[in-house]
Amino acid sequence: MLLIRCPHCAAERPEVEFVYAGEAHISRPRDPAVLTDEQWKNHLFIRSNPRGTHFERWRHIHGCGRFFNAVRDTVTDKFAMTYKAGLPRPSEAEIREARS
Amino acid sequence: MLQQYRPLDGSRIAVPDSVLGIEMADDCTRFNLRIAGTGIAPAGKVFGVTLPKVIGQTAASGDKLALCLGPDEWQLMAPLDERDRIEAAFAALYAKVPHSLVDISHREVGIVVEGSAAAVALCSACPLDLDEMPVGAATRTIFDKAQIVLIRQGRDSFRIEVWQSFADHVWGILQAAGREITLEI
Ligand SMILES: [Zn+2]
Repeated sequence: MLLIRCPHCAAERPEVEFVYAGEAHISRPRDPAVLTDEQWKNHLFIRSNPRGTHFERWRHIHGCGRFFNAVRDTVTDKFAMTYKAGLPRPSEAEIREARS
Repeated sequence: MLQQYRPLDGSRIAVPDSVLGIEMADDCTRFNLRIAGTGIAPAGKVFGVTLPKVIGQTAASGDKLALCLGPDEWQLMAPLDERDRIEAAFAALYAKVPHSLVDISHREVGIVVEGSAAAVALCSACPLDLDEMPVGAATRTIFDKAQIVLIRQGRDSFRIEVWQSFADHVWGILQAAGREITLEI
């Protein structure tokens, strides 16, 4: 079973306690009314879908209930690190350090 | 008048040699408390237990118990006759310390799992690493498909808090696990 570290519980917990919640660091436009249909469509539906490092949201739903962010490799399914929502995207160096 | 239906009350699963005993816990008062940083200390004073601040920790005083389930979430447990006092005391606190206190007494039932095979029985459906769970810890987790709160009361003593509507399912799995332990399979 995959173990995921919850940054709030500060513990590795079984994957079945969590749910995936899409790509992280997507901020809602401040004034959606001024957007074109194209821009609004891109905000709602278009995601980066990378091969490799992916920044994504998870929720410890059967635990502390909190949303947080994670860095996961979409090829190996390995988590590099997790961090609290609201924190900036970790740098390449930080991710490399977490992986080693 | 509403009538509570508690079909599992008084039930017990016992395995010979007393390696495992599973029974319904006596009913109690339960509250879910959501409160922010500076309110934690006064809320603890009102309840009568200093609220633990680390997720997964519990604190007890007399027959009252407080479980820290999340960064701003606690489950408070107390004897049945304390309910009105606690509710009134928190209501008086509300003007100064905004919070949310919800009575969830009727929503849940407690199941006590005890004995040297208690952890084995729980592992039949709970993915938590129980070796890593210290005595006195409590956490929300999952048991098969049902969300539970698991409290480790002692090395070989656990208490499951589960919604009434899931209790029968959890009970059935524990029954099967008890049977397997009896037959040593
Ligand atoms: Zn958590």
